[in-house]
Parts: sequence; structure tokens; C-alpha cells
Amino acid sequence: MKEAFDVAIVGAGPAGTSAACILAGAGVKTILFERGEYPGAKNMSGGVLYGQELARVLPDFAERKLPIERNIIESRLWYLSKEGGYNLGYRDAIFATERKHNVFTVGRARFDRWYAEQARQKGVLVVPGTVVVDLLRDGSGRVTGVVTGRAEGEVTAQVTLLADGVNSPLAALTGFRREVKPEHVALAVKEVIDLPAEVVDQRFGVSGGNGVTTEVLGDIVGGMNGVGVLYTNSASISLCIGANLADFATFKLKPYELIEEFKQHPMVAPLIAGGKSLEYVAHWLPEGGYDTIPRLYGDGYLIAGDSAMLFNAPHREGSNLAMASGRMAAETVIEALERGDCSRKSLADYGERMAQSFVLQDMKKYRGFGPFLHHHKEIFNELPRAATFAGREMITVNGVSKREKQKLIFRNARKETSLLKYLKLLWSGWRAVK
Amino acid sequence: MTMKIEDKLFLDRFRVDEESHLRIINGQICMTECKGQPCLYFCPANVYRLEKDYISVNHEGCLECGSCRIACPHLNIEWRFPRGGYGISHKFG
Repeated sequence: MKEAFDVAIVGAGPAGTSAACILAGAGVKTILFERGEYPGAKNMSGGVLYGQELARVLPDFAERKLPIERNIIESRLWYLSKEGGYNLGYRDAIFATERKHNVFTVGRARFDRWYAEQARQKGVLVVPGTVVVDLLRDGSGRVTGVVTGRAEGEVTAQVTLLADGVNSPLAALTGFRREVKPEHVALAVKEVIDLPAEVVDQRFGVSGGNGVTTEVLGDIVGGMNGVGVLYTNSASISLCIGANLADFATFKLKPYELIEEFKQHPMVAPLIAGGKSLEYVAHWLPEGGYDTIPRLYGDGYLIAGDSAMLFNAPHREGSNLAMASGRMAAETVIEALERGDCSRKSLADYGERMAQSFVLQDMKKYRGFGPFLHHHKEIFNELPRAATFAGREMITVNGVSKREKQKLIFRNARKETSLLKYLKLLWSGWRAVK
Repeated sequence: MTMKIEDKLFLDRFRVDEESHLRIINGQICMTECKGQPCLYFCPANVYRLEKDYISVNHEGCLECGSCRIACPHLNIEWRFPRGGYGISHKFG
């Protein structure tokens, strides 16, 4: 199929499909490749999307039968020890009314398929079941299209957008993004646990299609730098647990055993009781942060989404960064095509747009967050233990004076780790997120 | 009751390609030079299993995360995506 397109996009996820929608909307001849049997077949995330970014691509998304699971009205943060933990949450009725769809959960198999269908309706040629194995280049090294795994599968394009995700052998092969290092990704596994919608409503105190997200930190990942999440879907719960891949290799823990332990945690077990697992999947999260972002553009190509390592770990935002980068890539390409110049210089505008947007500004703000977690394993070990001791002491009514309890708590905390280490932790934690 | 990895993978939908998309480049390295053999642990699909004198590759259940490609201490695993449309197809994702 030696056919010429204006733009070839690799990967039908939030980044690629957002770009495709915008390009096709401007009349740009676009082809969208997806290696899965259908868009979404290979995609996984905790499962939250952000309405504001989606609306910038599809303003009328709510009328387009968006396959939403639950509209999120409450975000919880748990800090757990083995036996229990702290629960901090924020719920606001505004997220069910004026700010509805601020955050919502989806199943990516259904959402990405629906999203690509919107692109198709706008005129994009969507080609699933096709792996892009290499890029075409001319004598000067400029990217001129893609090579697919199909027979005679070369497709030429004036611009190629790499939106093929964090696990990208293509990026490594072409050198446009260096192969990622184990310490720069988290390996996460996910189970979707089937429960009747009424049961989910009751257990999370919600109704009317609203739901809750829970991010879980602490002593749940065998001491590794990792995190768990528990998100409500319409009639199921998404349970994920993940940790830094380098830690997995060192600690010799098995992801499928970790998720079993997580399911049995006293805070988690009652919420999923009686539910049956529907699916078990695995994926990476780009955790390396700002310093691992590759150059975002070059002669004839751009990179967006997870492929560009765009992930804001402390706010668990990724799909919005993907959509925003895909949108900005498309806007840049539309102007470049009008100028008839898709050189690196002409596409540099994408770098500018990204630098001025929340995408790179947030990434830059938190550039120290990954290293902070990596160097402070006490967040996953000593600290949850000390916090548990404190919580237990303060809640237990046993005739011991509160001043005496305070002393016990401080003494125990200093037994777990030194005062200096706590101060260092506070100081570097503040520096990592300020 | 805890669920075994075999039971978890049984929930998933795979279209298995007969030809493996994963290959250990030099099997001897695994048995002689690789002390930790971390692939036996971190692989979320238990693709790599220790047999009597080699590590077997059970690509049929691969979840395509890519971890073995970059976390093998000897970078001794050749990894490519399964052919288009093959491998796992997420039902929920």
C-alpha cells in the first residue's frame, strides 16, 4: 500500500487519536496505525481521563456516547501499613454538577476504540492490527513515513507522529528516544474486579454514576518505590499495584503475588469482597520525569504522550498530558503543512507550545519527585510503621496520659529512623514538589 | 484464597502466534553468568521459568509490558511486538 499521506501516526491511544481528530478536522490526510486487534486492545492505565482535555479535542464528547465508567466526585489518598492506615479524602458536589467530567474513569479497551471511531468519522484512516516496525528516511535522515510489518507495508507521509507508548522498541531502534532504563519506568499490574453497580455504590457511598478514586502509598509494595490504586467503574473496581522496575529486579518480588497481598489488605478486602476478577493486565508507567523527556521533534517527526515520557506522578496525570501533547503536535503540524515546511525548524513550534503549557511546566515542577522517592525508601518502610504506631497509640484509650503517649510515639519514631533522616526527608520532599 | 498466575492469565484473551516474539539470545548466559535471574521474578506473566538446566520462554501468556527487554541484567532477551493483531487483546484495559 504505497500511498502518500500528510501525516502518519503510530499508536491509537489518547495522544495519537487526539492528534488524528484535530488533523482530520482541519482536512489533513491522516493515517492512524494501531498494533492491537482494535484500538485499546493493548492499552492500559489506572483508568482516569480528564474532561477538559478531551473537550479541547471533542467539545461535544458527552453527546457522542462516550463510554464512561464513573464520574469522579471524590479523591482519596491512603497511607497504609500492613494492618491498617490513614485515609485522607476530598469530596465535592461541584464535581457532580458544574464540574462534571473533571475526572472520570474508563475502560481503555472501550474508550480508545470509541475515541478512534470518532477520528474515523472525521476522516482518519484507522488501521488496526498493524505494527510499525521502522521509519522511512531520506538521504538526509529526515523521516518520510513508516514501515509496517505487513507485506509491502510502506506508507509515506510528510510528518510522522510517534505516539506508540512508553514501551517503544521503535523509539529505541530509531534513536529518537533512547531505550528506557529500568529505574525510569514503573511496572504496574491491574485486575478488574466485577461487582454489581449497587454494591459499588454502597461501598463507596455514591450514586447516580458517580465514583471515587483512591491512591495508595505505604507499606504495600514490599518496601519498593511503588504505589497502588483502587478506582471505581460502573460495575467493577480497578485495582492496580506497581513499583519501579529496577526495584522489582532487585527485590525479587513477583507482581502477581503483590497484587494478591494488596487484595487481602484490611482496607482493600472489604471493598472488593465477593467480586470476581475479569482481567489481569500489565503495563509500564513512564516515571523518569522531566529529565527523561526526549527531544520532542525533528526533521519530519514529533513525539507525544507516553512515548515522550510525559507523566506527572504525584498527581497521577498521564492521559491528559498525552491528549494535550497530541493536540499541540497536531496544531503545529497543521501550520507546518500550510507553510509547506516540515523540517525540524518548522516543527520546533511544538517544543515552544509544550514549554508554555501546563504539560512541561508541571513536568518541570516535579522533576525531582522521582529521584526523591527513589532515594527515600523509608516512605515505604519505616515511615508507615512509625505512622501506624502513632495512629494506634492515639486512638487506643487505655489510661495512659496523652503526654506519655506522645513520648512513646516520638521514641518509637526515632527507633525506626533517626531524627536527621526525618528532617532530610521533609526537606528533600519539599524541594521535590515545591 | 489467593489466585495463582495461571488463573489470572486464564482470564485474558490471547491470540497466540506460533512463533515467539521473545527469545533468549544466549541461553548459557542465564545459567552461568546471570546470578540473580530476576526475569523469574519481575515478569508479571511468569513467562520465564527455571527448568532443570535452562530458562524456558512461555510467550503465549506475555502481557507485552517490555520489562524483560530492559531489566534483563545481560540484555539477553530479544523482544519485539507480536505481529499485528496477535498477542493479548484487552477486554477492559
